[in-house]
Amino acid sequence: MSTSTPRITGTYVFDTADNRRGRALNRLCGSLKDVGNRAEFSADEGAYCEAYGLTAEQREAVLSRDWTRMLELGGSIFYVFKLAVLDQKSMQYLGGVFTGMTTEEFTQVLKAGGRSFG
Amino acid sequence: MAEVIWGLATSHVPSIGAAMDHGRTEDPYWKPLFDGYAPAREWMARRTPDVAVVVYNDHANAVDMSVTPTFAIGAAASYDVADEGWGSRPVPTVVGAPEFSDHLIESLVDSAFDITVLQDLAVDHGLTVPLSVYCPDPGESWPCTVVPLLVNVIQYPQPTAARCLALGKALGEAIRSFPEDLKVAVFGTGGMSHQLAGARAGLINQDFDRMYLDAIEHNPEKLAALTREDYIREAGSEGIELIMWLIMRGALGPRIRRVYDAYHVPASNTAAGMALFENLGT
Repeated sequence: MSTSTPRITGTYVFDTADNRRGRALNRLCGSLKDVGNRAEFSADEGAYCEAYGLTAEQREAVLSRDWTRMLELGGSIFYVFKLAVLDQKSMQYLGGVFTGMTTEEFTQVLKAGGRSFG
Repeated sequence: MAEVIWGLATSHVPSIGAAMDHGRTEDPYWKPLFDGYAPAREWMARRTPDVAVVVYNDHANAVDMSVTPTFAIGAAASYDVADEGWGSRPVPTVVGAPEFSDHLIESLVDSAFDITVLQDLAVDHGLTVPLSVYCPDPGESWPCTVVPLLVNVIQYPQPTAARCLALGKALGEAIRSFPEDLKVAVFGTGGMSHQLAGARAGLINQDFDRMYLDAIEHNPEKLAALTREDYIREAGSEGIELIMWLIMRGALGPRIRRVYDAYHVPASNTAAGMALFENLGT
């Protein structure tokens, strides 16, 4: 994150520095919009990570589906979400992961009006 | 001369499109949202534009992060519907209005808005969901041609809200200077409050959203004065999409009439808002 980027607790503000840091990870996740790439990734995830030049940490986060770690390593939610979709996970599932809730609990909180922060 | 006949502000949540695509609009979860759209849809169906300028953002589909245009306009004859990772939406290909795009681009560049030009663009849910909010059953083709206007809202620094309102005003002038008698609708899409990632995921700020729905009509300058940090803090890291509503608002004249609005929580992880304005002319 650049020094001038707003810092807001509990919030990723994806900026140009994050883009550089997360470039390989986001390129990999973005490639999953193509059906052929989805099949290739699923056939050998490790080799696919290698081909996209992920750092060891990014590779480990992808292979273990550590969603929070992916964001910390420069992932953009819109890119990382494509990997979640491949796993048939919803944005509510990810919301639960990010907030320590089950998917059902997170969905219920949204239905009750969402989460409020003073 | 061309004229802006109405402006629509609407959320573009992908699950709103999915609910329509999979016949779930009558489900208890979705029915209140779609019931809220009905009166606006009836009004718009009686006032079909020739062309819609749809202000939206791409979500990692057409615009790779190797290039991040702050503002871009499509100038193609047609736009494929993107496969975002779960197959393309079953909606018609979007037909462009390339000569009108060319005119808007030239006018805006002459007004010192240095627009990126896109000749090859697959449009994602950011554009197709608002078209579906307008027209739920397009059949073989959408009722109007489309000019996509893309805004970077996913990478900091996004354009300021003030710049978006100014772009909207220049867009309105550009539209009105087109020599043909076109009826134009302008869509401002995205929002309302939501945050997808981080410990604040699930954020909804109904007070902010209601303020925004009100002020977009008669006090857009107040919304244009908010900083990027204000938007992200109050409306969430993705709620900053609301700056795109200001481009629509700027393109309308000062004299507008609120036809209808609706607000519903939730549409998946997002507060869904819609506001329809008739342009009463300058």
